[in-house]
Amino acid sequence: MKKVKAIVLRAAGINCDMETEDALELAGAEAERVHINRIIEDKKLLDQCQILVFPGGFSYGDDVAAGKILANQIVHHLHEPVQKFIDDGKLVLGICNGFQVLIKTGILPGNGQSGGQDTVTITDNDSNKFEDRWVYLAPQTEKCIFIEAGRQIYLPIAHAEGKIVTKDEAALESLKSEGHVAFKYVDENGEEGPYPINPNGSVDSIAGLTDTTGRILGLMPHPERHVRPTQHPHWTRLKDKTDGDGMTIFNNAVKYVQENL
Amino acid sequence: MKQWRFEVFNRSGFSDVHGNSVLEEIKELGIGSVEAVQSAKVFLIDSDFDDNFAQRIGKELLSDPVCEEYYIGRSGPPAGLAKATLIEVHLKSGVTDPVAESVTAALADMGMKAGNVRTARKYVLLGGLNQSHTDTIAKKILANDVIETVIIGSEAEPPSPHLKPYELQIVHWPIRDLDDDGLTALSKEKDLFLNLVEMQAIQKYYRQLDREPTDVELESLAQTWSEHCVHKTLKSSVDMSINGKEIHFDNLLKDTIFKATKQLNKSWCISVFVDNAGVVEFDKDTAVCFKVETHNRPSALDPYGGAATGIGGVIRDPMGTGLGARPIANTDIFCFGPPDKKLEDIPKGVLHPRRIMKGVVAGVRDYGNRMGIPTVNGAIYFDDRYLGNPLVYCGNIGIMDKNKCFKNPQVGNIIIVVGGKTGRDGIHGATFSSGEITHEYEATFSHAVQIGNPITEKKMLDVLIQANEANLYEAITDCGAGGLSSAVGEMGQDIGVEVDLEKVPLKYGGLNYNEIWISEAQERMVIAVKPENAEAIQKIFDDENVESTVIGRFTGDKKLILRYDGQQVAEMDMDFLHDGVPKYSRKAVWNKPELTEPSIAEKDNYNDELLQILSSYNVASKEWVIRQYDHEVQGNSVVKPLTGVKNDGPSDAAVIRPKFDSDRGLAISCGMNPMYGDIDPYWMALAGIDEAIRNLICVGGRADRIALLDNFSWANCTKPETFGALVRASQACHDGSIAFEAPFISGKDSLNNEFSCEDGTQISIPSTLLISAISIVDDVNKCVTMDAKRATNLLFVVGETKNELGGSHYYKINGQLGANVPKADLQTAPKIAQKISTAIEEGLIISCHDCSEGGLAVALAEMAFAGGLGIEADLRGLPKSKDCTRVDSQLFSESNSRYIVEVEPENYDDFAKMMLNVPFGQIGKVTAEQTLTIKAEDGKKVIELDLDSLKKAWQKPLDW
Repeated sequence: MKKVKAIVLRAAGINCDMETEDALELAGAEAERVHINRIIEDKKLLDQCQILVFPGGFSYGDDVAAGKILANQIVHHLHEPVQKFIDDGKLVLGICNGFQVLIKTGILPGNGQSGGQDTVTITDNDSNKFEDRWVYLAPQTEKCIFIEAGRQIYLPIAHAEGKIVTKDEAALESLKSEGHVAFKYVDENGEEGPYPINPNGSVDSIAGLTDTTGRILGLMPHPERHVRPTQHPHWTRLKDKTDGDGMTIFNNAVKYVQENL
Repeated sequence: MKQWRFEVFNRSGFSDVHGNSVLEEIKELGIGSVEAVQSAKVFLIDSDFDDNFAQRIGKELLSDPVCEEYYIGRSGPPAGLAKATLIEVHLKSGVTDPVAESVTAALADMGMKAGNVRTARKYVLLGGLNQSHTDTIAKKILANDVIETVIIGSEAEPPSPHLKPYELQIVHWPIRDLDDDGLTALSKEKDLFLNLVEMQAIQKYYRQLDREPTDVELESLAQTWSEHCVHKTLKSSVDMSINGKEIHFDNLLKDTIFKATKQLNKSWCISVFVDNAGVVEFDKDTAVCFKVETHNRPSALDPYGGAATGIGGVIRDPMGTGLGARPIANTDIFCFGPPDKKLEDIPKGVLHPRRIMKGVVAGVRDYGNRMGIPTVNGAIYFDDRYLGNPLVYCGNIGIMDKNKCFKNPQVGNIIIVVGGKTGRDGIHGATFSSGEITHEYEATFSHAVQIGNPITEKKMLDVLIQANEANLYEAITDCGAGGLSSAVGEMGQDIGVEVDLEKVPLKYGGLNYNEIWISEAQERMVIAVKPENAEAIQKIFDDENVESTVIGRFTGDKKLILRYDGQQVAEMDMDFLHDGVPKYSRKAVWNKPELTEPSIAEKDNYNDELLQILSSYNVASKEWVIRQYDHEVQGNSVVKPLTGVKNDGPSDAAVIRPKFDSDRGLAISCGMNPMYGDIDPYWMALAGIDEAIRNLICVGGRADRIALLDNFSWANCTKPETFGALVRASQACHDGSIAFEAPFISGKDSLNNEFSCEDGTQISIPSTLLISAISIVDDVNKCVTMDAKRATNLLFVVGETKNELGGSHYYKINGQLGANVPKADLQTAPKIAQKISTAIEEGLIISCHDCSEGGLAVALAEMAFAGGLGIEADLRGLPKSKDCTRVDSQLFSESNSRYIVEVEPENYDDFAKMMLNVPFGQIGKVTAEQTLTIKAEDGKKVIELDLDSLKKAWQKPLDW
């Protein structure tokens, strides 16, 4: 079978790179953690892989705003190779801080379309504090290749700046109508609701966004933290111990690359 | 160069969460006249860019295009009728400003070189405010005097911190001709915290050398000999009188805690009490190390910064153990004054406990989370006596190759300092933390507060791991208390070192050689490298923008030589520096206090008491704290701090699975109960050990692989009674360690935790021993948690309930202390632990919870509401001592070594067989009702409460 190669981007303050690499490898990819300085030095590194992951953490301390400094670095040093990577039909996944970076570079929601970074942003949680808690996520699209349509999944969030807001009502409407909404926060029964069901106050309970091609996904929850049954917060109560829900995202990515790239 | 000023505000329509939370805190202070608070970020950038570029920076870098707007220059008060007060908070000069560093780097990414960059926070308070309210808000909410300057109104920015470059001037502090008063005065004047005997020893040394010491030599001695670094009290010889009987210890530590470890001689103990952390075997290739430190004094002055550097510092301990471990978990245990204490009851010079707690939690959160290390275990205790001396214990566990557990610096190795730059922060931290706090300390010791930057530490960790994997260095240690002085001094102890201090990279100019040597600036490590590896290792550091500088070498002459610009500023014998500290003999006394049991009338029903205990701060849910810590980063969590059907029940211990390719796990717990120490510190210490071990056992930890850590936080130990309490506790550590065959592998003490109020009254902390524990879990898939699992399952209590309400929460809510402190039975306790552990391993137990504060009733309530299932219990089945006849003592006694276990009916026989020879009895069963009922021996219901009210009572007090 085709070898699937993934790069997990490292930078100062990124701290979910090891478990993200592990999740990709569990899904059958060959994953490597690469520091951003190496890619700036040798932009061809991106040519050798099909999946680029921006993992979680606190890139550059989240100084100024979460993901902002790393986004600035990517815009000014890696704009072309990243754009080529996307144009080549490859996959980009941003988790938590990585999602914030994708938003703040403008790669999501529109990658230049849909108004880009001027209409959607991620800001401080309504609670004004960092929170680590588990949330249910309902998929909102069938065309995002990372997502198993119709399957609700259970993942942890761990962030202080995860509230998605749009510039105005119209911007929210176009996010929805253009199919950018990837996941919503819901309760166990699939219903939207207030805090803590929606843990940060995101507009319309949005937890993750995708681009118009469905090959870029950014989400606040951490799929790489639910890849084994014993990571479920009350696994000791469950009779069936299956793989963690987060594996669906990594498995789908690897499968897509094998079948399409 | 032009200075540009940018202000960044929230756009209208987007909530200003920082401003709103400040408003909330202002209201909590009782100031009602403020109607709204607007917050803004301020950036001051010295650079020659033009207006166009300034607009770009404002738009693209500093503000968010959706929810923020920027203003170039100084914005005035907003238009409108309300009176506005402008307050700006700037960092004091020399305080690290990480955001400014990031902005500088980002500007460079945009192609623009900036000079000085600074950041500040601006608050616009709308509503009528008098001067004193404004000052109160500024001081109590917005700024910390120690590190920040407040500017009220529209005044100018504080001056830019341009310091004069330093010109070498070698300073001597003459000592040879001083009399005793002169020696004492010198020690006091220079904040050396050396006592007369120590000063005399130093005087003698310099008389022999026939010269006067330099400032840096005396400072080195003060750091190396500080209580914080050398633990002279615990290593002193002791004449102890216990209830009139005399005993003698040549060296308290060696004769108690070390002795037990030595006697147990476990083959899985790899390195104990010698390195920065204790090291034990994890599996055949891997070891884990564990260290717990206190950061009490700095956290009293600056809760946020003190706690942040507390966790930052202890993370560097495993990083500096052996050849360096990778941190995999943090633990945090705090002691505070009651958070509902009235403002007017707070002594001068002390921050309100609620502010301390919020600051400490935020400090640990921000540092630990940014480091990407899960904070998995902890506890919080509240007592009036922690008002002036809050205690902040921070722990860290690291994982390392088994063949890299020892350092080996050699003659000819070069010394490289890696990581952060050196500044004036944290000077005298080690000596400061060895003294008593007074109401004036804030002013005197503000420089002792270190300023942390977790991203600098994370970057350093990332490259050190690579350098370790490439085998490019011979030894590593961290710069903690005492800074380079301790780090280089210790590493070169047996060899000798020479250091050129002008090479040390500085945050800003103007530091003299002495400040460079003793600064406790954070995020620095020191490594010993073979000259031929220098280039390769520095490339690894350069590749990820981590600073590294060669500052000296290992010489082989067993001397400490310091130079500045080629001129020698210190020359000392390592032997004197490290072994010259005089040995102490101390007196200790412990007399059993005259205490009696209270008489409390028996009642027919104890619902109110149970709810009240669940609502007491020590027992209440700590979810508000736990959720702010990232306890799942690294993807290693198996048993999380919160568990149960709604993920909100209190786990007994944490379990992590540190290797991606193995199901082997590590259980982590703690035990502590200062209240028992008010009755007898011996039984307090044993209770702490028993509790920490119970917690490990409850989640599936092995009983034969337990390692312990001790952290003593005590009051002034020159008082024989206070020291006597410490000796009692040390004896218990020995006895408990031997009985459970659980060696101590590391420990630390923080003494002199006393506060002198302005009126001369003294507040001494209660004797507070924290026991931390780790054990191995062979297969994490077999772990269990404390939440009740399924209706119809059977509940058993293993271990005997005795009439032991002394120091209990039940007595506390009745305003009593009592006398019958829980006394661990060292014959039975290890047997029970072993049997429970085996039963879990064999799958016979599906839930397990220990009885601790609040006793049986609290433990049953917690199991029920965590599982969302009812419990019917009957005290007839409770294994109890003959004197445990009263219902209240059966419900609330805090006897040690007791476990409540849930067993499926089909496993009843196997379980019962396994529990032969230890006290156990069936206490009831799990039900589908949403109620906890407990029947007394006469069949009457003494507790009947629905789960909702139980859970609410437990969750409400700290649900902030």
